[in-house]
Amino acid sequence: MALRNLRGAALAALSIAALATVSFDAWAAGTLRVGMTASDIPLTTGQTDQGGEGMRFMGYTVYDSLIEWDLTSADKASVLIPGLATEWSVDPDDNTKWTFKIREGVTFHDGSPFTAHDVVWNFDKLLVPESEQYDPRQSAQGKSRIPAVASYKALDDFTLEIITKTPDATLPYQLAWILMSSKANWEALDKNWEEVAKAPSGTGPWKLTGFVPRERAELVPNEAYWDESRVPQLDKIVLMPLPEPNARTAALLSGQVDWIEAPAPDTIPALTGNGMEIVSNAYPHNWTWHLSRLEGSPWNDIRVRKAANLAIDRDGLKALLGGLAIPAKGFLPPASQWFGEPTFEVKYDPDAAKALLAEAGFSPENPIKVKALISPSGSGQMLPLPMNEYVQQSLAEVGIEVEFMVVEWNQMINLWRAGAADPSVDGSQSLNFTYFIQDPFTGLIRHLSCDLIAPNGTNWGHYCDPEMQALFDEIKTTFDPEAQNAVLRKTHEKYVNDALFLMVTHDVAPRAMSPKVKGFIQAQNWYQNFSGITIEE
Amino acid sequence: MFAYLIRRLVYVLPVAVGVSIICFLLVHIAPGDPLTAIMPVDATQEEQDAMRSAYGLDKPLPVQYAIWIGKAVTGDLGKSIATGRPVAGEVFSAVKNSLLLAFTASIIAFPIGLLLGFIAGYFRDTFIDRLVTAFAITGVSVPNYWLGIVLVIVFSVQLGWLPSMGAGPGGSGQWAWDYAHIKHLILPSITLAVVPIGIVARTVRALVGDIFSMDFVQALYAKGMRHGDVLRHVIRNAAPTALSVMGLQLGYLLGGSILIETVFNWPGSGFLLSNAIFQRDLPLLQGTILVLALFFVSMNLIVDVAQAAIDPRIKRS
Repeated sequence: MALRNLRGAALAALSIAALATVSFDAWAAGTLRVGMTASDIPLTTGQTDQGGEGMRFMGYTVYDSLIEWDLTSADKASVLIPGLATEWSVDPDDNTKWTFKIREGVTFHDGSPFTAHDVVWNFDKLLVPESEQYDPRQSAQGKSRIPAVASYKALDDFTLEIITKTPDATLPYQLAWILMSSKANWEALDKNWEEVAKAPSGTGPWKLTGFVPRERAELVPNEAYWDESRVPQLDKIVLMPLPEPNARTAALLSGQVDWIEAPAPDTIPALTGNGMEIVSNAYPHNWTWHLSRLEGSPWNDIRVRKAANLAIDRDGLKALLGGLAIPAKGFLPPASQWFGEPTFEVKYDPDAAKALLAEAGFSPENPIKVKALISPSGSGQMLPLPMNEYVQQSLAEVGIEVEFMVVEWNQMINLWRAGAADPSVDGSQSLNFTYFIQDPFTGLIRHLSCDLIAPNGTNWGHYCDPEMQALFDEIKTTFDPEAQNAVLRKTHEKYVNDALFLMVTHDVAPRAMSPKVKGFIQAQNWYQNFSGITIEE
Repeated sequence: MFAYLIRRLVYVLPVAVGVSIICFLLVHIAPGDPLTAIMPVDATQEEQDAMRSAYGLDKPLPVQYAIWIGKAVTGDLGKSIATGRPVAGEVFSAVKNSLLLAFTASIIAFPIGLLLGFIAGYFRDTFIDRLVTAFAITGVSVPNYWLGIVLVIVFSVQLGWLPSMGAGPGGSGQWAWDYAHIKHLILPSITLAVVPIGIVARTVRALVGDIFSMDFVQALYAKGMRHGDVLRHVIRNAAPTALSVMGLQLGYLLGGSILIETVFNWPGSGFLLSNAIFQRDLPLLQGTILVLALFFVSMNLIVDVAQAAIDPRIKRS
C-alpha cells in the first residue's frame, strides 16, 4: 500500500512537472489545437472527404449549406434550420418543385456576394461533368448525397428552384450535405481546383489561412460572418491529423494539442487522471449487425432475430467500453426524435431468448449456426474485435453459434456494397457495420428499401417488405415536417418490432480535451459548433 | 575508376526497371479498392465506375504500367487519388523529412556503433566485449516502435521535456535549424538509431576481431610496427565492409521507418507510405515505393563506388 502511495505521489509529481514544463509551442492565446483521427487534412475545396470528420472540421467551419443542423443544444436531437436559404417550400400542385429563398447580404471570404446563381454553379460543380467547374473529387463526395435532385435554376438573385426526380420530402436533409464554395475565388485562381485547395473561400464562420498537407490546417474567424451569434471567439483553430490513437493521447497529455477526437477507451483513465475532460453525448450513430434476408438465412425467422436481440447484455458491453456507449433500445438512439414507441423491448433477457429459440427448434445443445462478417478496425467501428467476441459469446449462451469471417476494413466496405448474395461474402448471413443515421435517407431508407438492394444500393441484406416500402414512400411524400416525423417514428417502430437488425449499441462520440477548453456544447450530431469555444490560459 | 563507375551505372538500369515493375504489380496484388477510401461508402456503382475511368483504373494492367512508367521517367508520378495532389511533390516533401530524420539517426548511430564495435573487437572475449555485445543485441532485439512509445511516455508525457509528435511547431513546411524544431527530431531519431547501432557494432566487432587474428597483423607486429600504425591497417581493412553495412542501414533508416514515423507522427516517407496503404492510394503508393527503391539502389551504388575508392582490390574484381 505504501509502495502504491509512493508511486502515486511520484506520478502526481511527474504530472505536475509535466504540466509545469510544457511550453513546446508559443501559441497566441485563444488557439484551439485539435488532434483529428484523419490521416490527412480533409479536402478543402468545398465538398469534403474523410466522412463526418471532414464535414465537421473542414466543412461546416469554412463553408455553409442552404440548410443546416441546429448545433446549439446538447440536450435534444438536432433538427434542420435555415442556413444560406432562409425559407423553402414545395409547390402544392407539383410536389417535385421546390422554391428556396436565398439569404441576402452574405459574402464569401473573398468578398464576393453569395446569390442563387452561386448555388446553381455549385450544383453544376458536382453534377454536370461538362461544366468547366466540374470537380470529380468533390463530385465523388457530393453527388450521391443529393439523389433526389433532377434540375435546378436561379429564378432571380435570391430565389432558387429545384426539381426533384420524384416527390421527395427528404430533400432538405440531402441539401444539408452540400457546401457552397466561391465561384469568384475559383475564377481568380485560374479555374484550378488544386489552387483553390490552397486558398479556399466559403461563407462559413472560419477562414482557412494555410495548411501543410498531412500535418496541419489553420483556421481564423470570419469576423464578417452573417450569423453574428456564431462569429468565432477563438483567435485560431489548428487542425492536426493524428490517426494513431496513442499518438493523439500522448499529444494531449504533453500539451501539444488541446482536443483529441476518439480517445481509445483504455486511455481514458490516464487522461482523466491527468486532469483532462472527456466529453460525450448521444449522437446518430449505431453499431449493429446487418442481417441477410436471402432465402435460407436463419435470420428470416423473427423468433431467431428477437432471440439474438434479447441475448446480449448491453450494460456489460458498455462496461467493456469504459462506459462510452449507449445500450441500444432500437436502431436509432433512445433520445432520437424518430424513436417512437416500439412494442418489442430490446433488452437482456436470456431466458426469453432461449424460449424463442426453443420454439424455433434450437437450443444451446442444438445451436443454430450463423456466419458473420467483421473487420478488425475501421472508421466508426468502435472496438470491433472484442465487441464481436462479446456478442459471439452472448449468442452462444442462448443457442446461436457464430462463425466469423474477418476482413480488412476497406474490403469490408466493398463486401457491404456487394450485398449478401455476392459470392465474395462467402455465405455470410450477418455483417457488422456502424451506420451514420442522421437523416431519414441515410438513417432508415437506404438500408431496407426494395429499390436499393445491393449492388444497386446499400440494402445489404436484400430485405424487401411492402409494408416497409409503403412507409418509405410515405416519408418521401409527407412534406409537413411534423407529419413526416410521425411517419419516421412508425418506420422505426417497425424496425424494432420486427427486430430487423441485431441492435447492439450506440457510440457517444467521445473527445478528450484540456481543461483550458471552455464553452463547448456537444450537440447530438456528427457536426459541432466551434464558435462558442474559448481557451482559458 | 571511371570505367568501373560506368559499368555500375549500367547495372543499375535493369535493376531500376525491375524494381518499377515489381512495385507497380505489388500494389495491384493487394486486396482492396483505391476508390473505397475516397468515395462515400454508399456511392453507387455508376459513380464508382466513373471515378475508376477518370483515374484510368479501368485499363488493362500493362497499359496502366506503360502510362505510369512513361510519365515517371519524366518526373511525373501522377496524382494522388486521395488528395488530388501531384505524387512527385508529396513524395519529395516526405522523403526530405525522412532524410532529415535518417541522417540525424545516422549521426547518432554510426559513430556510436563503430566505436562500440571497435572496442568490442579490440577487447574480444573480455568483459568489455560481452557488455558491448549484450548492448548491441538488445538494440537489435528491442522493437523500436515500443521503445518509441516508452520514450514518449517518459520524456513527453511524464517529464514534458520533448514533444511527442510532429516536425516542429509550424509543421515541416516551416522547418528551421533552431532548438524549437530540433527538439522534435530528438526522440524519433534516437528511437530510429537503436537498431543500426546494434547492427553496426556487431558487424564491426566481428570484423575487427577477425582482422586482429590474421597473419598479416602478426607480421606487422613482428616487423616492429607501432601499435597505432597497426590499428590504422586494421581500420583500413575493416572500412569497406563497415561502409557497406552503414550504407545499407541508411537505406533501412529511410524506408524502414514506417512504425517510428507513425508513433511520432513524423511526416516522412514511412508515414506517407502507411497512409497510402490504408487508403489504397495506388499512385501515391507506387510513387513512394519507386522513389524509396531507387534511393536504396542509389545507396548501394554509392557504397560500391566508395568501397572501390577505399579498396582497389574491389575495382579490379
